[in-house]
Amino acid sequence: MTMIQALRSAMDVMMEKDDNVVVFGQDVGYFGGVFRCTEGLQKKYGKSRVFDTPISEGGIVGVAIGMGAYGLRPCLEIQFADYIYPAYDQIVSEAARLRFRSAGDFTAPITIRTPCGGGIYGGQTHSQSPEAVFAHVCGLRTVMPSNPYDAKGLLISSIENDDPVIFLEPKRLYNGPFDGHHDKPVVPWSQNPLGEVPEGYYTVPLDKAAIFRPGKQLTVLAYGTMVWVCEAAARETGIDAEIIDLRSLWPLDLETIVESVKKTGRCVVVHEATRTCGFGAELVSLVQEHCFYHLEAPIERVTGWDTPYPHAQEWAYFPGPARVGAAFKRTVEA
Amino acid sequence: MSKAEPLRLHVPEPTGRPGCATDFSYLRLSPAGAVRRPEVDVAPMETRDLAYALVSVLDPEGNAVGPWVPEIDIEVVRKGLRAMMKTRIFDSRMLMAQRQKKMSFYMQSLGEEAIGTAQALALNVDDMCFPTYRQQSILVVRDYPMVDMICQLMSNERDPLKGRQLPVMYSVKKAGFFSISGNLATQYIQAVGWGMASAIKGDTKIASAWIGDGATAEADFDTALTFAHVYRAPVILNVVNNQWAISTFQAIAGGEDTTFAARGVGCGIASLRVDGNDFLAVYAASRWAADRARRNLGPCLIEWVTYRAGPHSTSDDPSKYRPSDDWSHFPLGDPIARLKQYLIKVGAWSEQEHEETQKRLEAEVLTAQKEAEQYGTMASGHTFSPAEMFDGIYKELPEHLRVQRQQLGI
Repeated sequence: MTMIQALRSAMDVMMEKDDNVVVFGQDVGYFGGVFRCTEGLQKKYGKSRVFDTPISEGGIVGVAIGMGAYGLRPCLEIQFADYIYPAYDQIVSEAARLRFRSAGDFTAPITIRTPCGGGIYGGQTHSQSPEAVFAHVCGLRTVMPSNPYDAKGLLISSIENDDPVIFLEPKRLYNGPFDGHHDKPVVPWSQNPLGEVPEGYYTVPLDKAAIFRPGKQLTVLAYGTMVWVCEAAARETGIDAEIIDLRSLWPLDLETIVESVKKTGRCVVVHEATRTCGFGAELVSLVQEHCFYHLEAPIERVTGWDTPYPHAQEWAYFPGPARVGAAFKRTVEA
Repeated sequence: MSKAEPLRLHVPEPTGRPGCATDFSYLRLSPAGAVRRPEVDVAPMETRDLAYALVSVLDPEGNAVGPWVPEIDIEVVRKGLRAMMKTRIFDSRMLMAQRQKKMSFYMQSLGEEAIGTAQALALNVDDMCFPTYRQQSILVVRDYPMVDMICQLMSNERDPLKGRQLPVMYSVKKAGFFSISGNLATQYIQAVGWGMASAIKGDTKIASAWIGDGATAEADFDTALTFAHVYRAPVILNVVNNQWAISTFQAIAGGEDTTFAARGVGCGIASLRVDGNDFLAVYAASRWAADRARRNLGPCLIEWVTYRAGPHSTSDDPSKYRPSDDWSHFPLGDPIARLKQYLIKVGAWSEQEHEETQKRLEAEVLTAQKEAEQYGTMASGHTFSPAEMFDGIYKELPEHLRVQRQQLGI
């Protein structure tokens, strides 16, 4: 399956399994989503379970919270992560706090799916990676898969989870893995082992990272598209990097990270999002705090620049294998 | 070259500021009994006239007149009056407790007691209300124990919300009272979602959404109207127009030369504008809207015209921005006085019963306060353990919070 098909399969499985799962968002119903992630679901489950909404992100998340309070399990879509901000009040002040402020009287078991990330000439408002603004909010879970297998398993886990989940989908990975070599043709998921996805129900646990590529020379902390870029950088530099795909950004799998850095003594953090106060800062801080006496080099960060995501300058902005590889070299040689 | 005059920015002002009287002629009133009562399946566009008029039942002499006189058991009306009185006594008692530093903060609903009380009586107990911080009358009339309310206010060891929330931000699922948030208007769209959920499941429950005049300017107000209209959600969209948002007159919220009820019609929602200090009108309009919602006929928006008689909160001094005797000039009077007059007129109440009830309720509130204080007050420092602040953020305690709790030494 492609990541699109895997995500659709996850929703299909969960709608079949649990009558309380409902799917909605802009263009999600009849049309099946602008990325085809919900294609056929309305026909299969009916308009009261899968439906189109007005263009109102605050409204989409707001009604989901009300539905969650009633007892449903909404899985909703915000068309692009770049457009999630009108819903920020509902996400931060309401969904994230409802369980705490009501002492468990009400909860918000909702999943907010939203395509994120660049590398597609999306310009300023079709490329952003806003994970840090959610990882900062107590009460939220922030999740990002990097391949179809994880996408389905993590989405099922997210829908089943009783906490609100921000489920970020790197749209650059929807049809195939992407390692940053934009001049080469995209290889479809059908030619990658991680594109092999079971038809039925399975889960990938939240709060659990995956060692994407085992290695000895340095630890790389990445997620989403950057996992593939880091793998290319390791291949091209010949550096034996241990690439950890975080999968769950927050709460995260600290144990796997610390174990790896203690083993390698070196760490590079890579994300597409802008640098300052990005999620990388938290990762650097955690590694420094927990692995200080094992570190043999400063922790490096390769990220997007502190600029809005540009259009024409896409590949100068996007942290590609050359920039990532250079950081690997500096860290190993330090 | 243009000969146009220089443009001028219009900034609305209330007519009454401290030291001068408010001119209440802006209110667009209608005589009691004068406004028609349409069938519950009326088309939203056919309610235009109602959105600019004022439904009321009780005339100045305390007679119930016109097409909106509700079918209501007199015992229910008596219960309503007692609940309104209890709410007011509770408010004044809690105001005093705040002044005595037994709690950090309080918000009265003085003058607005009829709205929550009568609507709650017109709904079923399993219809979910999404209140603001000024609908405590719903909890009172639904007989939620006052002791539990006061424990929340005092953030003490028996606070149902474990000391996590500011006073008055109650949450009582079993009384159909949704968790109050400090963020204005957010619950309005959530109520629509709750109603949609009820419809998705083929249930028969409806939602009751609450918002003030000032908060209608928040985006979630418009969003709620759009979604309620689009999905024909079974929800009553209440706008409590008490003329004031802290120091801001309702004209600054967009009320000048229009009504909040008219917003509903503009969004394709059947809308009513009702005398919020007329218990019988509130009950009748709420029943009408509830019937409409329950019969799958869609949402209804109701603007309740009332007056915020008290300060905005215990942190507010209204004498700095409005006349101190404003409430005594408000044309729609006092909801308790008006219902009392009616009940006496129909022989179902008396001055003596009123006085006795007043005394009994005062004693009841005082007893509840004493009981609640046994579990501590903010002043006594008997509050929930700090360990509680790490719980319930997620369903399960995540590792980082376990570590932080440990760092606090507990």
